[in-house]
Amino acid sequence: MKIFVTDHDGVEHELEALEGWRVMEVIRDWELPIKAECGGACSCATCHVFVDPEWLPKLHEASDEEEDMLDTVPDVEPNSRLSCQILMSEELDGLKVRLAPSAKPETAAA
Amino acid sequence: MNDMSVNETVTDVVIIGGGPVGLFAIFELGLLDLKCHVIDILDRPGGQCAELYPEKPIYDIPGFPEISGQELTDNLIKQAEPFGPVYHFNRMVTGLEKLDDGSFVVTTDEGEVFRTKVVVIAAGGGSFQPKRPPVPGIEEYEGKSVFYSVRRMDDFRDQDLLIVGGGDSALDWTLNLQPIAKSLTLVHRRDAFRAHPDSVNKMRALADEGKINFVLGQIGSLQGEDGQLQSVHIKTGDGEQIIHATRLLPFFGLTMKLGPVADWGLNLHENLISVDTEKFETSVPGIYAIGDINSYPGKLKLILSGFHEAALMAQAAKRIVHPDEKVVFQYTTSSTKLQKKLGVA
Repeated sequence: MKIFVTDHDGVEHELEALEGWRVMEVIRDWELPIKAECGGACSCATCHVFVDPEWLPKLHEASDEEEDMLDTVPDVEPNSRLSCQILMSEELDGLKVRLAPSAKPETAAA
Repeated sequence: MNDMSVNETVTDVVIIGGGPVGLFAIFELGLLDLKCHVIDILDRPGGQCAELYPEKPIYDIPGFPEISGQELTDNLIKQAEPFGPVYHFNRMVTGLEKLDDGSFVVTTDEGEVFRTKVVVIAAGGGSFQPKRPPVPGIEEYEGKSVFYSVRRMDDFRDQDLLIVGGGDSALDWTLNLQPIAKSLTLVHRRDAFRAHPDSVNKMRALADEGKINFVLGQIGSLQGEDGQLQSVHIKTGDGEQIIHATRLLPFFGLTMKLGPVADWGLNLHENLISVDTEKFETSVPGIYAIGDINSYPGKLKLILSGFHEAALMAQAAKRIVHPDEKVVFQYTTSSTKLQKKLGVA
């Protein structure tokens, strides 16, 4: 199965995903820039992505915990989700998300 | 009078970062008779365990089938206690300089100076700093009319205040600053809060009485001149609202930034400090990096990896601080010497 991830420069990447993996883990595994500093514990909101509006209804609703963490996202939009809280499954094959500016890691020092 | 010596602390080791790995380093260094000072930007020990997930259970600490971030922190502090570490919280290490004699001078943003033989960087993902809204040009307002914390309440007296966020900081400061502000608007993205229910009720009462203005939305852009804020555009569900404001307080919590570590001349690899796997020494002899902040082939960012790194680092640090002493490898189960240091024999 696959997901499509648009990076901070607007380039779309097609990534191979595995069932049961968190979308954050797929993005990180393919070395696209995502901070994800708490490592998937729904505790930092630095794996924030914008979900393509067509795909939004296919996701389970955000838990109270995820909503609470989304409160700490300064660039939140109605289609904001934490990618560590989206588990890959057959229904999400082809999911499209865009990396959020607030989840961008610091650029490596020169 | 020599100003340099006034505020100078002399020690064996300065540990930068008081997370689980920094705390365990006190223990391992202590068994080898090395004295530690620990500096951390947070107001309490525990690092990520305390700031991000104090209540979350951790399942991969050896010997603990389940332990919370806070319990682990408390245990590590207790374990380090016999070695009398000195903690310095609410400070960021800003300067690190190596002297000709091989020792180091460590300075903080509070003006303290430490003279030390060994530096251990256990800074995790860097220092915790406020999340900054990605609003263009916000930098020029920061420190003048945009603040991420309240140091002096008086700075907000008689101001038109805009507070953004839905957590305890946003709610507490809404309640505390309302009586002295000229006007106060609270902006949050939804009509639900992750703050103490009592604070939420008090805030709602103030809004009902018309003493504060509560707006559902998020910050769009800032307008002002020379760092002096005049108004803020708020994106709401059905459009945009312009709110007159002379002070802005965004409360989106903390995130980690590498910070000054990047300026200390250490070899870095993708914002992590490169170390060897024998001593966990950086490219500068005498400076070690352990835990999440280091990088080496096969590195796993696990707390348990950091514990292992602390133990090996301590052996190397010992040789620097006491070069003439023979280091005998001992176990805490059998060594009376170690047990005396731990206060159990």
